[in-house]
Amino acid sequence: MNKIYKHVMVDIIRNRMVLFYTLLLFIVSLSIFSLEDTSSKGILSMLNIILMIVPLVSLIFSTIYMYNSGEFIELLLSQPLKRNTIWWSLFIGLLTALGLAFLLGAGIVILIFETSLLGLMLVLCGLLLSCIFTALALLAAVLTKDKAKGIGLSIMLWLYFTIIFDGIVLFMLFQLSDYPIEKFMIAISMFNPIDLARILILMQLDVSALMGYTGAIFKDFFGTASGISLSFGTLVLWVIIPFMYSLRYFKKKDL
Amino acid sequence: MYKKTYLILIIFFLSFLAKLEAKTWWVGKNESLHSLNQAIQSARAGDEIRVKKGVYFERNLIIDKPLTLIGEGLPVLDGEGKYEIISIKASSVKVIGFHIRNSGISSLKDLAGIKIYDAQDVQIVHNLITNSFFGIYTQYGKNCQIKDNQIVAYGKEEQQSGNGIHCWNSSYMHIEDNVVSGHRDGIYFEFVTQSIIKNNRSFRNLRYGLHFMFSNHDTYISNVFTNNGAGVAVMFSNHVNMFNNTFHQNWGDASYGILLKEISDGKIQGNQFKKNTTGIYLEGVSRVNMSRNTFSSNGWGLKIQASCQDMNIHQNNFINNTFDVSTNGSLVLNNFDGNYWDKYEGYDLNKDHFGDIPFRPVSLFSIILEKNPTTLIMFRSFISALMDKTEKLIPSLTPEQLKDQSPRVQPIPL
Repeated sequence: MNKIYKHVMVDIIRNRMVLFYTLLLFIVSLSIFSLEDTSSKGILSMLNIILMIVPLVSLIFSTIYMYNSGEFIELLLSQPLKRNTIWWSLFIGLLTALGLAFLLGAGIVILIFETSLLGLMLVLCGLLLSCIFTALALLAAVLTKDKAKGIGLSIMLWLYFTIIFDGIVLFMLFQLSDYPIEKFMIAISMFNPIDLARILILMQLDVSALMGYTGAIFKDFFGTASGISLSFGTLVLWVIIPFMYSLRYFKKKDL
Repeated sequence: MYKKTYLILIIFFLSFLAKLEAKTWWVGKNESLHSLNQAIQSARAGDEIRVKKGVYFERNLIIDKPLTLIGEGLPVLDGEGKYEIISIKASSVKVIGFHIRNSGISSLKDLAGIKIYDAQDVQIVHNLITNSFFGIYTQYGKNCQIKDNQIVAYGKEEQQSGNGIHCWNSSYMHIEDNVVSGHRDGIYFEFVTQSIIKNNRSFRNLRYGLHFMFSNHDTYISNVFTNNGAGVAVMFSNHVNMFNNTFHQNWGDASYGILLKEISDGKIQGNQFKKNTTGIYLEGVSRVNMSRNTFSSNGWGLKIQASCQDMNIHQNNFINNTFDVSTNGSLVLNNFDGNYWDKYEGYDLNKDHFGDIPFRPVSLFSIILEKNPTTLIMFRSFISALMDKTEKLIPSLTPEQLKDQSPRVQPIPL
């Protein structure tokens, strides 16, 4: 496992895309924090980057990488190696590369300019989102044999999690506005990792506004230690479940 | 000319004589008098009573002639949880330097640590009042001075707790440098006119830090209101001025930096609103001039209801609020001008320090939130940002008239 993992790591790090991604994150986050006069406005812009760019890049890069290394995977499969090992090494390799890119590019800058619980929350959420969308990319890649279809699927996934899901939720909120659905909304938010990350950060960012009645209900859940740990637990589940599903599929897949 | 000078000299001399005539009574363990009550009964108008350090159980002290009471080393007057401690029923009484504690609790009689009944020129200075139902209570007071007092209670329920400084039907009051905490309302005014409230600190009170109704022509300067249950409420008054006050961390759904209801013709200038759920909530307010205030890190800077009119809101700083302004209707009869908004994205081509395109401080999302509070969970999502941007280009739900014609591009130094 170690050898394959190392090979994947070196292969990705040599890839110009990841280097470019790191540099882009670094330049953007540095300029955001030095341009805005208050750090909380910088945090807002960073929030958008973490919720939009990080998932998108993780998804697309990982999908494309999986397809490009299709032949390499086939070669490995011809060797006396377990499919389990191969898939795990690929996944961990991608995670390390993208996680490292995020940490070096944005994480350090965030922690320098916003050394607080909020900054830590941002970095943690960014890291977890990188992992989640890598896992989803693996799933998308393993489900479809055709490269174009696979990339299409991952773009659809991204669109779904960033816009379509929120649109549906907003629609539901208006349709059901006569009912006490606050608790229900907390449960619904668990079904979208991007929403979950956003709400976790929101709880730290807009403290004053959240002191209102509805806010208080959310705060009672997402603001407490048990709520925060449950949310992070859910985010981790969002990494594990898609990956395990893709692993099961890969093991049975006829290549 | 000389005659006048003589006259003044004679008056001065006479008053000096009167001063000489005033007697000083000493009360204390080792003095001839052990009881303050006894001293008050024996004293004549204009006398001075000095009280030595110690604990005194005097039940209800009724001061019915102009006396000066001075405590040396903060003597304690204990009401044993049953009595009103000092009742002032004469003018020109001075109460200085006492520790007044444990007054009785009665909603029927409004028992207080110190209560002024129908008197003028009373001075209450340098006292410490703890665990009292009402701290200092004035009814029909005129030209009284309440200064440098520290009033602390440990109230847990509104019913079991009175107000720190309570004035009813009074005028020309001077309330300065007091510290009030743990009461129902920190400072309460009803039918109080021509008064000055200056440099007070009011915090952790159960309901309002400052609460006044039907009180006209009053001025509030440099007070600090923090962490009160519902902030500050100002209702049914006119010609009220508020300068350089600080409203800080009033958190809760019904909690406001200031709640203004049915107010007219006032000035709100140079105040700081920081970290409140709502900076100012305005309902039925007219002709109030709001300038040079700073709203920072609030949930909502201003919640201005459509029932307000002829408000002049200019030269304020709005920094880092979640929402700058929200409203509940499309009717706008108020004027926003020359404020600094940190959310402004316009440009200033002619470099006159004012943005060239108007700024609309009401975001679509704040309107949606007003109608459906649960949508808060969607705040700062991509779709809400998208909706806000679209609304900025073509206003449809947000009031078209609510805009700052010449927003500043730099914060106003305050």
